[in-house]
This record gives sequence, C-alpha cells and structure tokens, in this order.
Amino acid sequence: MEYLSIVFQEVYKILFLLVPVLVSVAMIVWLDRRVWAFVQKRQGPNVVGPFGLLQSLADALKYIFKEIIIPSSSNKVIFILAPIVTMTLALIAWAVIPFSATQVLADINVGILYLFAVSSLGVYGIIMGGWASNSKYPFLGAIRSAAQMVSYEVSIGVIIINVLLCVGSLNLNDIVIAQQNMWFVIPLFPMFVIFFISALAETNRPPFDLPEAEAELVAGYQTEYSGMMYAMFWLGEYANILLMCAMGAILFLGGWMSPIDVYPFTLVPGAIWLILKILLLFILFALVKAIVPRYRYDQLMRLGWKVFLPLSLIWVVLTASYLFYFNLLPVN
Amino acid sequence: MIAHAIFFYTFSIIAVVSAIMVTASKNTVHSVFFLILDFISISCLFIMIGAEFLGMIMLIVYVGAVAVLFLFVVMMLNVAQQKNQWFAGQQSSKHIPVGLIISTLIFVEVIIVIGGWKYKPEIFDINNSISQVSISNTHSLGQILYTDYIHVFQISGMILLVAMVGAIVLTFRQRSGVKRQSYIKQISRERAEGVEVLEVQSNKGVKLDD
Repeated sequence: MEYLSIVFQEVYKILFLLVPVLVSVAMIVWLDRRVWAFVQKRQGPNVVGPFGLLQSLADALKYIFKEIIIPSSSNKVIFILAPIVTMTLALIAWAVIPFSATQVLADINVGILYLFAVSSLGVYGIIMGGWASNSKYPFLGAIRSAAQMVSYEVSIGVIIINVLLCVGSLNLNDIVIAQQNMWFVIPLFPMFVIFFISALAETNRPPFDLPEAEAELVAGYQTEYSGMMYAMFWLGEYANILLMCAMGAILFLGGWMSPIDVYPFTLVPGAIWLILKILLLFILFALVKAIVPRYRYDQLMRLGWKVFLPLSLIWVVLTASYLFYFNLLPVN
Repeated sequence: MIAHAIFFYTFSIIAVVSAIMVTASKNTVHSVFFLILDFISISCLFIMIGAEFLGMIMLIVYVGAVAVLFLFVVMMLNVAQQKNQWFAGQQSSKHIPVGLIISTLIFVEVIIVIGGWKYKPEIFDINNSISQVSISNTHSLGQILYTDYIHVFQISGMILLVAMVGAIVLTFRQRSGVKRQSYIKQISRERAEGVEVLEVQSNKGVKLDD
C-alpha cells in the first residue's frame, strides 16, 4: 500500500510536468510558424481559433486520422521504435529541469550530465528511423545527422565545462543559485553565443537542418514516415528544441531566478521566469530559422571542429586561469 | 529492498541477454543496437550502486559517442556482402583458437579480481574509504583523480591523445586535384581583382582569359 501511494504521487508529479510540456510543444510550433511568417511579412496560421492558436491541435487531429504506412522492405521493429525513442528521450530529460528551488521532479547530483547524456542520445531516433526505412534519402539524412550531432555535442560539452568551472557542482539547482549575483551570460558571453549555435545544430534547426534538407533529401530521415509516427518525430524535435532552450536558460540566463533581485520581481514564481527565458531563447531560434540560409555540409563540419571546438577549449583554459589566479575557484 | 532487488535483476538480465545477443544476432546493425542496450543497462547498474557519475559518463561516452560511430561505420559497410563471407563457416575456423585464448585470459582475470575481492578484502579497503566520506560521488572522484593519481591520469590522457594523432596520421592522405575553399582568400578579395569593366565595341566582342 505504501509503495502504491508513492507510485501514485510520482505519477501525479510526472503528469503535472509532462502535460504542460506537451501542450507547450504544440503552442511552440504555432509560435515558430507565426514568428517565421511575421519576419517574411506574411500572416502565418491565423484561421483556426483566435490568432490561429488552435492550429497545432487541428494538425495533430489530422495526423491522428491519417494512415500509418510501413514500407514493406523496412526493418519493422526499428522503424516503429525510432519515433518512440525520439519522443521518449525528448520527454525524460525534463525530469531534472528545476522550475524553482524546490519544484524539480528529480534533484539529482549529476543533473547537467544527465541532460547532456539524454541530449546526446537523441541522435539514435534519427539514425534508427533513417536506417530502418531502407531507402536512400532517409539513410543519407541519418548519416548526416549522426556526424553533425556528434560534432556539435563535443563543443556543447566543453561549454558546459566552462560553466561548471564557475559553479563547482553538477547539480542544476546549484548552477542556478551560483548565478545569483551575475548571470553567466555576462562573463561567458562568447560561450553563450557558441552554445546557442551548437544548440541549433544539435536540434537540426535551420541553418543546420541538413538531415532533413528538403531541397536535396525530400524530408531526410522522416521521408518514409506518415501519420502519427511522423507527428511523434515532429513533437520530439520540438520538445528537444524547448529542452535546449531550457538548458541555455539554466546555464547562462539564471534559470528560475528573477532578473533583478528587487521586491516586486521576486514575488513572481520561478517557473514563470524560467518559461519567459525559454520563450526568449525560442523566439531567437525562430528568428534564426527565418533569416539565415542553410549551410553547406563541409562548412558545417568546419564550423564545428575547426572554429567552435578550439574556441571553447581556449575559453576553458582562460576561465580556469582567471578563476585560479584571482582565487575565485568554488570550493566546498 | 525488494524494489531494489527487482530493479537490479531486471537490469542485469537485460545486460546479460543483450550481451549474448550482440554476438548471436546475424545482422551487424542489430548487434550494435544490442550493444547500446547493454551499455544503457550497465550504466543503470552503476547508478544503482550509487556511482552516478560513472553511470552518466558511461552513457555520454559509450552510448552517446562511441556507439554512434560504431553504428555509423557498420551501416556504411556493405552488410549483405559480408554475410556471405563471414557466416559461410569456411574461414571462421581460423579465428576460433585466437578467440578462445583471449576469452580464457579475460575469464582468468575476472576470477582473479573477484577472488581477490572475496578472500583478501583488505586490498580493497582504499576503495571503501572513499565511499564512506559524506561528499558526492563526483567530488570524491575528482579529489582522488587530481591529487593522488594526477600523474597516472595525465599520462592516460596523453596516451589517448597520441593514439588519436596516430590514427589521423595513419589514415590521412593528401589528395591532389581537389579544389579547396579558402575563406581568407574569399574574404580578402577586392572588387578590383574580381570585376573588370570593358568597353565592348559592336561587331568585335571581347576576348577573355587569353
């Protein structure tokens, strides 16, 4: 009985976290299309519901009622598993995101490593989908995404080391609290820029959307998918984008803390500040999609390995030397 | 305690079964997927004994990077062709003795380690002393790696670096006749050297690149 009540409590907490995440994923798709449209002086989706707010729901309904086609020469188990993996990995990462000092599902010691591990597993959904489709375009897309995501993960890892040097803990709440006096975006601004661009590459967003480059690869790894399975890829992708935004907000923009530590601002709950910061980063993501042309593949690789990796490594040395010389290293 | 046992046996059964499936499955790509499943369940076991740092690093390094490259290579190979060569059973007899010797060696090593743990527990006291301190796993690892074992740690890093450079040098080949993009050249190009304005006379035309 005791076990059961604990299980029910946890399930309640998980639902309370995941349902808002899924709803906000649907809303964020709408926001993405709206921002994209406004940059290009169009209206965007504005018909279904007020301001077109219900557009994503209409789309979801359409996907649900479409037939799921499984190619006869595909590897069926892996083909079906791929969107499930993408979606699951995008959702389990939210377990460690702190919405305030106490509002966190799992306050684990190695929170940032967990986030990094889950985001680095995200590539499997794409590789599995691309390979199992047994078709040329998805396979090319899968290979592209494997190379791309592995490359940019390296620089994200080094950037995380930069932040951790200033914090002295792998716990996400500690990382947020360490930014009480100054957000890390100020001293580590170059790292923030590199993190943002690497996050674009990690989530296959334009200008780095080569795995699904529609001009060359039809739709890349998702070419053979249809109906709800395609929608799951889509949801997973946007949940991953939200997650990267949350990661950026926690690492550089002070997570759930209010921008100024003055009375009326501190009354606002931490969750709202975090959501506002995630939204800010997401609008930047959407703007980048609207204004930047797609990279060529060799340029993408060059940017990752020859520019970002050396830069962030040098910055690690600089940060460490600065902290050591001025005796600012965090010691517990 | 029961929940702990259930989780332990679930993860270890998955680990053992998927390790067997890595060698047993006919499809190379399936083998790699089973290897990934094995890595994940082993990292779950690490987390269960409280070594959360090791578990996460296992996920990041092995599953997030090494296995992706494995998959990458295996998918690029022409699997159908290899099936005929490898599974026909003609050449495989040569490899069996070598494989047997290596697996016996590993088995003996495992017996030595586990036997030592069982019958000479004092050897492992140094390990126990770490886990008793009330700081987190990551801190204690860092404190022992960067103080007592700093030289070993640095040397192992150096060996990895040398191995990486060696692999690059061995596989690097300079191809001739490849047009490479030079960004400095492109950016520093002036209008004067790129564009030429000519007066074209009618019925005569212009000759370029002579």
